[in-house]
Amino acid sequence: MSDGAMTIDAAAVPARAARRTLPAHGSRRTYSAYALVAPAAALMLVMLLGPLAGVIALSFTDYQLGAPHFSWIGLANYQDLFADKVFWIALRNTLTYVVVVVPGAVIAGLAIALLIQSGTSLRSLYRTIYFLPVMATLIAMAVVWEFMLHPQFGLVNGLLRGAGLPAFAWLQDRSTALYALCAIGIWQAVGFNMVLFLAGLVSIPKQLYEAAEIDGASSGWARFRLVTWPMLGPVTTFVVVVSGIRSFQVFDTVHVLTKGGPSKSTEVLIHTMYTEGFEFFRSGYAAAITVVFLVFVLALTLIKSRLADRGVHYT
Amino acid sequence: MAQIELSTIRKSFDGTDVLKGIDFRIEDGEFISLVGPSGCGKSTLLRIIAGLEPQNSGQVRIDGRPVDGIRPSARNLAMVFQSYALYPHLSTFDNIAVPLRMRRLSAIERLPLLGPLLPGRRAKEHGIRADIAAIAEQLDIAPLLRRKPGQLSGGQRQRVAVGRAMVREPLAFLFDEPLSNLDAKLRVHMRAELAELHRRLKTTFVYVTHDQAEAMTMSSRIAVMMGGELIQVGTPAEIYNDPGDIRVAEFIGSPKINILPGRVWKDGGIDVLGSALRLACGATAGECRVGVRPERIDLGAGPFSGNVVHLENLGAEAFVHLAIEGAGLRLIARLADVRHLPAMGSHLAFGFASDAVQVFDSIGKRIPLKVEQAERVREPAHV
Repeated sequence: MSDGAMTIDAAAVPARAARRTLPAHGSRRTYSAYALVAPAAALMLVMLLGPLAGVIALSFTDYQLGAPHFSWIGLANYQDLFADKVFWIALRNTLTYVVVVVPGAVIAGLAIALLIQSGTSLRSLYRTIYFLPVMATLIAMAVVWEFMLHPQFGLVNGLLRGAGLPAFAWLQDRSTALYALCAIGIWQAVGFNMVLFLAGLVSIPKQLYEAAEIDGASSGWARFRLVTWPMLGPVTTFVVVVSGIRSFQVFDTVHVLTKGGPSKSTEVLIHTMYTEGFEFFRSGYAAAITVVFLVFVLALTLIKSRLADRGVHYT
Repeated sequence: MAQIELSTIRKSFDGTDVLKGIDFRIEDGEFISLVGPSGCGKSTLLRIIAGLEPQNSGQVRIDGRPVDGIRPSARNLAMVFQSYALYPHLSTFDNIAVPLRMRRLSAIERLPLLGPLLPGRRAKEHGIRADIAAIAEQLDIAPLLRRKPGQLSGGQRQRVAVGRAMVREPLAFLFDEPLSNLDAKLRVHMRAELAELHRRLKTTFVYVTHDQAEAMTMSSRIAVMMGGELIQVGTPAEIYNDPGDIRVAEFIGSPKINILPGRVWKDGGIDVLGSALRLACGATAGECRVGVRPERIDLGAGPFSGNVVHLENLGAEAFVHLAIEGAGLRLIARLADVRHLPAMGSHLAFGFASDAVQVFDSIGKRIPLKVEQAERVREPAHV
């Protein structure tokens, strides 16, 4: 059952097996092994690694969409990029978005999952309601949000006015536009995180809570600290990373609601990439932005696998 | 150390009565086993004592104090679960430390970063460490303190779970089938260890099991439960030799007691398989069932006979399965001397002493007997 022993065994056995088959290199068995791996390898090459290499190669060219010729310009795209103020604004906005949305969506998702789990009736109803935003098309939902956040007849400002508070032009004000998008982002991600947390909560053995209760963890908070939170460790890591990657990819709400404005206050990486690549047709430049974006996503993935190795997973 | 009293405990789940009024008193410092087939309500009863499950009616008193409505954490009982329920993310040391930290440290002192900076915390941690070291010494788990439960074997986890229960010196220990996840050999070993632990701690042990061998070997008293009722409470010897109910007789003892069809005559005489026994009883005439333990059957001579259909040689003893012609009945006899086994298919005569017999009436209640001096003349037994 031991995790450590399992990894050692798993690592040791193939190594030994490989050493045994080494003298048989070039034999028919090796060929058939390669033949069996080939379809998967070819698919991976064509679908994943090929395009990736293409994008990286493109980022070293001055290719423009539809242009008959292009030339290698080395790191010129990157030099332009790092000298461009819009890029830095987009990067800062994207990071702000991630830093707000990830904790918000994770904490809210966990809180809702805990509430649903502790309730006795209507569980599946609540689950469906909170999952709705995940299933809905975000572009359509963004239009709904646009109405809700409308300065004059929007629901949000209507409520504020009803409570005697001043109204805001949420999406038109430079200081609030990004945070309004963050709120929509959280609203959209909460349902997905909740479902993952619910699955995690269900798999926690009930006897652990009983043991905790007998051991003296009488308050709900003590049981959460002793059992729930540590047992959700693997799920939480996964949820944080997935939320992080999805937040980095924020595009649809920006595109529908603000187009990066007002005055670049909601400009985000993917939106910059989209404008450069598909409105100004500077494909090489857009490819460079994509590479920067990929670096961040890759970093997140590495953090996740590192955390997974550090034993967030138990038996 | 505690005395636990249960009065008319009732419990039902979704309209099904699981416990039908249990009255029971567990004496201070005794090792009591609640034993019965699965679904008899023994685990539910244990969980009610622990406070993990509320009873529908009745009262639980620990040392005379009613504990109904008191949280499990405040009852000061320790429990060892079937799955051990160790916290998988904590090392053995931290697992055993949990009950101590929960009781000795305040909520603020338990905070992850701030806690260790508080003034009293270090002295308390020191005390906790000393207590755990003492427990680890007793249970022989000192080398395991840094490992996580996932790196321990079943027996080691079992010991850690016992350590976690022991460390805060509870009023009583509750065990919920703690050995059922171990392999047969280890189970026998842990049986001895637990019994020894009880002798050393002299604390009340309440032990739930479906394994009659565990109950027989460890407990000072056994409480047999069936269908939500307590049928019989007594020492292992009483339960084995003097069962008050046919279900108890059949549940306790391995191999199972042999049940033979019999008849009580008007004059109190008893027949079994058509032969009269040198016994009499005061029961009303009618059908009855006669129980004889396998080790009380004497092979080779006696008024009955059967064919050997199966032999089980365990080395130290052997069990002979006999089919009795005409009756469509099988019975098992224990043979102490395995050097002279009967041949398969051979025809064997057998009998049993009159004091080996337990007679039960048609609803399964025990019929008290008196041994007669002279052989009855009414009907001779054919050999």
